[in-house]
Amino acid sequence: MSAPSPTPAFAGPFDRRLLARRRARAAVTVGRAAPLLDAAASLLLDRLDDTTRRFTRALDLGGRGAVAPLLRARGIEFVVSADLAPAMAGVAGGLPVAADEEWLPFAVGSFDLVVASLSLHTVNDLPGALIQIRRALRPDGLFLASLPGLGTLQPLREALAAVEADLRGGAAPRVSPFPTLQDGAALLQRAGFALPVADLDRLDAAWRSPLGLLRDIQAVGEQAALHARDRRIPPRGLFPGALARLAGDGPIVAPLPLLILTGWAPAPDQPKPARRGSATVRLADALGVEERRSGDTPPR
Amino acid sequence: MTDETPPKHSPVDPRLLEILVCPVTKGPLRYDREAGELISDQAGLAYPIRDGIPIMLPDEARRLDG
Repeated sequence: MSAPSPTPAFAGPFDRRLLARRRARAAVTVGRAAPLLDAAASLLLDRLDDTTRRFTRALDLGGRGAVAPLLRARGIEFVVSADLAPAMAGVAGGLPVAADEEWLPFAVGSFDLVVASLSLHTVNDLPGALIQIRRALRPDGLFLASLPGLGTLQPLREALAAVEADLRGGAAPRVSPFPTLQDGAALLQRAGFALPVADLDRLDAAWRSPLGLLRDIQAVGEQAALHARDRRIPPRGLFPGALARLAGDGPIVAPLPLLILTGWAPAPDQPKPARRGSATVRLADALGVEERRSGDTPPR
Repeated sequence: MTDETPPKHSPVDPRLLEILVCPVTKGPLRYDREAGELISDQAGLAYPIRDGIPIMLPDEARRLDG
């Protein structure tokens, strides 16, 4: 009997091997951009204050040292830190495991909390990853994730494209594509999460210079890891040109739109919406008013 | 103490061993302490353990023959 192929048939836009190498390298530099990662992690974990549930077993997916300590500080003793790069998993703060979000190695119901702070945006098969996350959760376990939303690094994307078009008469993708709010809600639902919520939050970040922004991107291993990237050496004037276009040497404000996903692993005693058409009382009767047609005609 | 030789491989936290499964088949794993590997018989793959960190990546696994 032949073993299942470890390489997925569907490649997708992101080069995961390149990403793993970058994250391994970033394991030694990630501290330089720690304030940004810490801010993103605490913004995400503030959501835990919205629930009275106590969690005891947490999985930190790609937290890069920003998430696991905060989980511990909240009194969660058992924290596993998984990362695509073993070196990064080793510095993340929880019990380290090298794992790929697309191939999660955890038994059904291993955790009651899964947190992915700024780590799922380079997963090729996001629906598949979310299904595996749901399965790793116990019934009524919580999944909490933030992804860079649409508009992230938009000034950088525009500056690079404009300068490259001038220099070369065309532009290569140099910034990753990011998902929209609608994508997030649909994904949670498809993955079978109960009470799915996708909403937008924002992290206001500023750098002393555009170059500082690029250095931080590198420090956390977040250079775009796209299969469709331009493998040629960038034209000499590209980055200086784009940086000049952004702000010269002055400070640059780059708000980070965060797509926040929350979903619960289904459990029998959770609140659920009633089945459509299952009502036995008219809304007008319940409200004690006369039922009237709205008079609206459906838009054509 | 009769055995003075330190273990050849750093051990994996037992609490991790309880929840780890093969990422390909989601089936059980055998812990080979001697070789420092987690073996998935179903997938025919052995996942290495380096510095106490289980490397649960299908690409990095050793293929078992036979």
